Amino acid sequence: MISKEAVITNELGLHARSAAQIAKLAARARHGVWLVKGEERAAASSIIDLIALECPRGTRITVIIDNPSDRDVLDAISELIKNGFGE
Amino acid sequence: MPDKTAQEIVLEGINASPGICIGKAYLVDKEGVDVISRYPIPKAQVTNELKRFKAAVKKSRDELRAIIENMPDDFRQQTSILETQEVLIKDKLLYGKTIAVIEQECVNAEWALKKVVSHLKSIFQEMADPYLRERASDVVNLADRIMRNLVGAKQLNIGKIDKRVILVGRDLSPAETSQIRLERIKGFITDKGGKTSHTGIIARTLEIPAVVATGDATATIKNDDLIILDGITGTVIIHPSEKTLVKYEQRRLRYERQKAAINRRSRLPVETLDGKSVKVLGNIELPEEVVAVINYGGDGIGLYRTEFQYMSRPCFPDEDELYDKYSDVVQVMAPKPVTIRTLDINGDKAVSAENGFNEANPALGLRGIRYCLQRPDVFRTQLRAILRAAVIGNVRIMFPMVATQREVIQAKEALKEAAGSLAQEGVPFSEKFEIGVLVEIPSAVIMADAIAEEADFFSIGTNDLIQYTLAIDRTNQNVAHLFRPLDPAILRMLKHITDVAHQKNINVSICGEMASYPIHIPILLGLGMDEMSMNPQAIPTIKQMIRSIKISDTKPLVEEALKLRSAEKVFALLRDTYSDVLSEFNRTDDGADKVFKEKIRIKAPGGERRASNRGLPRFVGK
Repeated sequence: MISKEAVITNELGLHARSAAQIAKLAARARHGVWLVKGEERAAASSIIDLIALECPRGTRITVIIDNPSDRDVLDAISELIKNGFGE
Repeated sequence: MPDKTAQEIVLEGINASPGICIGKAYLVDKEGVDVISRYPIPKAQVTNELKRFKAAVKKSRDELRAIIENMPDDFRQQTSILETQEVLIKDKLLYGKTIAVIEQECVNAEWALKKVVSHLKSIFQEMADPYLRERASDVVNLADRIMRNLVGAKQLNIGKIDKRVILVGRDLSPAETSQIRLERIKGFITDKGGKTSHTGIIARTLEIPAVVATGDATATIKNDDLIILDGITGTVIIHPSEKTLVKYEQRRLRYERQKAAINRRSRLPVETLDGKSVKVLGNIELPEEVVAVINYGGDGIGLYRTEFQYMSRPCFPDEDELYDKYSDVVQVMAPKPVTIRTLDINGDKAVSAENGFNEANPALGLRGIRYCLQRPDVFRTQLRAILRAAVIGNVRIMFPMVATQREVIQAKEALKEAAGSLAQEGVPFSEKFEIGVLVEIPSAVIMADAIAEEADFFSIGTNDLIQYTLAIDRTNQNVAHLFRPLDPAILRMLKHITDVAHQKNINVSICGEMASYPIHIPILLGLGMDEMSMNPQAIPTIKQMIRSIKISDTKPLVEEALKLRSAEKVFALLRDTYSDVLSEFNRTDDGADKVFKEKIRIKAPGGERRASNRGLPRFVGK
C-alpha cells in the first residue's frame, strides 16, 4: 500500500466531471485505488462513490493504491488533482 | 415566472410533513404517469431481465454518443456533461448495483434501477456543498434515460421528464405512493387524509414536504400552476406574487441549510465528551423508512416492527412477500444491523385475517409471542422469511411480550424447527444471528437473570414496560398524565435490567420512545445502555445530546436519581444538572425548537405518531 496526499484546488471541487477523470485513470490500475477523506474512503474507479465523498475546494485527501505496481496511476491521479483537473 | 394575470390563492391544510417547496403542479390522474411497478422475475428469467437492462443501457449510451456528435461547437460545456454521463453509465454503484439487485431479489429491472437511484439520491441529499449536491442530477438524468429505454416509452417530451413537480391528488393510496417515482416529486398536496395517512407517513419518511386535507386542492389547482407548498405551516399558495415567491424562497433556503447542518453532524459517529462511543439506531415500520434512518445517520435498525404486512388484508402474507420486505431493509442497511421484532399482534381487529376474536382487554390478552406460540403456522412463515433474509446482511431477531423463560425457549425451538425445514428443502438461509428478548413485561424484568440465560441481548421496550408497571393506559385521557418514564419505579427496573445484562455479559439496549427525549439520555447512558433506538427523526437531536455529556458524570447522577422519591424530583435533577446543554437545543431553528420543546416535557405526549389504525388498536408499538 502506497499513499500520497493532495489538496483539491479546483473551484468546483470533486464533482462529476473531475471524478470522471480520476475514474478513467483508476480504470488502468490492476489493483484497488482509493481516495480517503478523514475516515471515509471511496473507490477511485466509481464516479458516484467519489462524488459521495464530498470534497469541495480545499479538502485534504489521500490517494492510496493497494499494490505498488500501480505506482503510475497513483502519480497520475495526484498530478491531476494538483493541476486542478485542468479547469 | 409568476403569472401576472392570476390572483394569489391560499389553501390551508394539515402540515403532514415539514419542508418548503416551490414548483409546478402535477395532477395525478387515473392513469398514474410516472408509475413504476414492482414484479417478481422467475429465477429462470433473470438472465433475460439482465439482458433487457443491458440493452437499455447500451441504447442510452448510443443516444448520448449521437447527441454529443451532433452537438454544435458552442455547446462544449453541455458536451462535457454528456460525456460524464457516458462514463457514469457503467459506474459500479449504478450499473453494477442495479444488476446485483435484479439478480439477488429477482425483480424487474425498472424496480431495481429505481431502488438503486433512490439510494444514491439519499447519499447526495446529505451533502453540505450545494454544488456537489446538485450533481446528483447528473445521475438522475442518466437513470431517467435508461428508465425511458427500459419501459420503451415513446420519446417523451424531455422537458417534462426533467422537471420535478408537486403532486396534487385527492388522496394517494399506499399502492400509488409506493409506485410513484419519488425522485420526481417535490411535494404532495392532497384533498383528504391526515397526519397519519399513508401519504403523510411516506412524505415524512422520504422528507418530502406535504400538506394534506386541503379540501378541494384538486378542484382549485390546474396542471402546471405555480405553487408554493409550506409543509411547516400547512399552507398552499397558488399563483404566488413575486413578493411571496421571494419570501418563501428565502424561507426554503434557511430551512434546508439548518436541516443540512444537523444531518451532516448526524452522519458522524457519536461519542460522549469523554470518548465513550454509543450506537444510535432507528425504529421503523415500513421498509421505505430505512431511507430516513440512513439520512439521519442511524447506526442500524434497532426495532423493525413487522405488523404492517398483516394489517387490513383478508389473508396472512406468504413467506416470499415477507422475505421481500425483510431483505429490502436488510440489504439497504448492510452491514449495519437490522433488529426484526417478530409479530406483535393480538387477535383483535388488528389482524383482519383473523376473525371471531374479541378480547375485553387486549393489553393482557393473546398478543406478541403468546399469539405466535399458539399459531405455529403463522409464526413459522415469518421465522422462515427472517432466516432467509439473514443470508443477505446483518440480522438480529427479537421476541416481543416475553413474560417467562419458557416462552423464549419455545420461540427458539420454533426458530430451530423453521431452520430445519429450510435446510430440508435446500433453501438458503442463515441462523448465525443474535436472538434477543424485548423486555417490556415486569415479570421479565424480575426474571431477567433467567431470561438472559436464553438470550443474546435485551432490548427494553419502555412504552409497554411503563404501561404495565404503573398500570397506565396512556391513551386513556384520565390517566395519561401519570405515564412517566422517570418514575423511580421505572428507573429501578431499568437499573435491574442493565445490571443483570452486564453481569450476564449480554448487550442491552432501549427501543422505547423514552430514548427519543434528550433529557432522558444522561440516565440511559449512566445505566450503561449499549445502544438506543428511536424514531429516525429524533436521531440527530439525540446524537447532539450524547456529544454534550460526560459518561463519568452520569454514573453518580443515576445513583442520585435512584434515591429520589418522585418523577418530578428526578426530572428537576436532570433539568438542573443539564440546563446548559438542554438550552442549547432551544437555539436551533424554529422547527427544531418546537420539536425539542415537545420532547423535553416530562409527560409523554398524548398523541403518538401514527397511533391510529396502524398498530394495535389500544396499544401503540414501541
